[in-house]
Amino acid sequence: MTTPSPELARGPYKEGFHDDLKTIHSVPKGLSHSVVDYMCDVKGEPAWMREFRHRSLDIFLKTELPAWLPGLRDLDYDAITYYLSPVNKSSRKWEDVPEEIRRTYDKLGIAKEEQKLLGGLGAQIDSEMAYHNIQDSLSKKGVVFLSCDEGMKQYPEIFREHFATAIPPEDNKFAALNSAFWSGGSFVYIPKGVKCDIPLSVYFRINAEQFGQFERTLIIVEDDAFCHYVEGCSAPVYTTHSLHAAVVEIFVKNRARCRYTTIQNWSTDVYNLVTKRAMVSSKGVMEWVDGNLGSKRTVKYPSCYLIGEGAHGEVLSLASADKGMWQDAGAKMVFMAPNCTARINSKSISGHGGRASYRGLVQVRGEAPNCRVQVNCDALILDSNSRSDTYPVMEIDGELVTVEHEASVSSVSDEQLFYLTSRGIKKEDAISMIVNGFIEPIVKELPMEFAVEINRLINLQMEGSVG
Amino acid sequence: MTDALEIIDLHAKIEEREILKGLSLTIRKGEVHAIMGPNGSGKSTLANTIAGNPKYTVTAGQILMKGNNLLELDVDARARQGLFLAFQYPCEVPGVRMSNFLRLACNARAGKELEVMEFYDKLEKKMKFLDIDDAFMKRYLNEGFSGGEKKRHEILQMMMLEPEFAVMDETDSGLDIDALKVVSRGVNELRGPNLGVLIITHYERILRYIQPDFIHILVDGKIVKSGGRELAGHLEEHGYDWVIGDKSMGVSA
Repeated sequence: MTTPSPELARGPYKEGFHDDLKTIHSVPKGLSHSVVDYMCDVKGEPAWMREFRHRSLDIFLKTELPAWLPGLRDLDYDAITYYLSPVNKSSRKWEDVPEEIRRTYDKLGIAKEEQKLLGGLGAQIDSEMAYHNIQDSLSKKGVVFLSCDEGMKQYPEIFREHFATAIPPEDNKFAALNSAFWSGGSFVYIPKGVKCDIPLSVYFRINAEQFGQFERTLIIVEDDAFCHYVEGCSAPVYTTHSLHAAVVEIFVKNRARCRYTTIQNWSTDVYNLVTKRAMVSSKGVMEWVDGNLGSKRTVKYPSCYLIGEGAHGEVLSLASADKGMWQDAGAKMVFMAPNCTARINSKSISGHGGRASYRGLVQVRGEAPNCRVQVNCDALILDSNSRSDTYPVMEIDGELVTVEHEASVSSVSDEQLFYLTSRGIKKEDAISMIVNGFIEPIVKELPMEFAVEINRLINLQMEGSVG
Repeated sequence: MTDALEIIDLHAKIEEREILKGLSLTIRKGEVHAIMGPNGSGKSTLANTIAGNPKYTVTAGQILMKGNNLLELDVDARARQGLFLAFQYPCEVPGVRMSNFLRLACNARAGKELEVMEFYDKLEKKMKFLDIDDAFMKRYLNEGFSGGEKKRHEILQMMMLEPEFAVMDETDSGLDIDALKVVSRGVNELRGPNLGVLIITHYERILRYIQPDFIHILVDGKIVKSGGRELAGHLEEHGYDWVIGDKSMGVSA
């Protein structure tokens, strides 16, 4: 097929602007224990957290990057600012958010109206949450939706019982980095039996240049409860690099269900190195819907640790690697109890020289008999400059385990293009149709508004796909 | 400007192999032409070349539609100007819903966004006419369709797009008699002063249901004989050897 012209890659990235915001807190560039102390002082944190942060920084410095993780050579840790904030408090009223920051969010369309569709909305800019609010009807039921920092202050016991237990700083280099410098993110607590039917949503914005955003999210869904958490993000286009290293820990208790939806739309300046893990108790259900549409480099494998009998884990992963992007996405399913089930459904698109990798782990431990897992991963490659790889790992120790694995790689075929264009449809639109058709099985499982947003972003990337 | 599809001394090749070797044919609006020929005579090459399949290269000659040089236009532009190709092997496009595809195609042909209700009203009528089940529209484009369903759907597209010139590439192949009747019903319904049709076929069978005004016999990239309906019967009786053996008849198109 025709090779697309690279300079036309990715349609206009409308989130690529930056605003001049007055900085209230900031630290010198680079990693150091004094940055950790500054943050602890500004935030007024308890001693155990200060100690945890320092220990995490030491772990980070000692930990090597895994050999299988290439492509991070350009990342200069000393060029990055680890804490910076244009706000000094998280407001519960939109009017109380500083006007210049409200303007930024207006431009991004995170308008106040959106709250009407949501159970709660949070907005983080650089290191801190500028806004965090929840509908009264939900807080009356005991649902807690706060910035992670506030969660630690207001619910110290629940916080400490769970924090860093799913993802300790020793887990990987970037989990250690986040543990040392974490700031912002959400703390969500859904009490027993409460169904939080409307999504809780948070938008992460990086505004500063050469900046590191390390939000930390802790979600606890008690027995028989339900919640849907949604996150989106964006950053300006600079010529330098920024770093986003989040940690998300989720606890799905007995018979509870949690769905976590991500629409990742970072600019191609951002290294996105995220650790996400859910511990799923008996008959609990965890669903990750992971859409990776931006960033320079994404390294992210949402995981489910199925620790209770009959737990179910699910990952729907959608990655689109356009010019200058490398999406290393995937999923991990770890079976630690009998009769658990899991499904991984991954679709990736690479075009304009982009690269998409699926990296997956299915591990069934000896104590987990009679488990079932189904893995589907499909790749669509749009042109000969682009690349797709699949790295599935299966470690099966359990007995009576059923594993299904299907993988496919396809391209936009000349026959399909000829057929669609012969009906008067322009070539560009035809490619868009084929690509949207390819991701349809995942998109159709999303709520309408996210499906629309994903289609919009994918179509933007398809612009200029015709040589 | 002539209200016709004119093919003038057309030469076309695929992968350095010349298939069409000087084919000339004029289809006026209101006329139904049939081209018959043995395997390898260039029937599908003709259909694909008219529609603009990039796999085929025109090395000489012209194709004019309503006086405009078709060869200068991309595939999609030809369609928007009123050309339609019913495919011999319609391809599958997973994940693309039939209804969505048809609406986009109709909008493209109309050059504007059609009223949604109007579109669905028309679609419903045409589907009923072709005995197509409602559930069909929710399915993905040709995915998992039987041969008959695919062909029926080609005719549905043709009815929705209302072309001025339609080329039907072996639409009858692989169809059982019921499907053939439905497909023919569709074409006969469209037949009229605003449409010129070129039916490309190996067998005479379809011509019992769609009666052509002219029949041409294609052998080795050229039309070797043209005539009325009686030619079909003659072919049925004597096979293609009859024309292949008698090259002296020459081109009479």
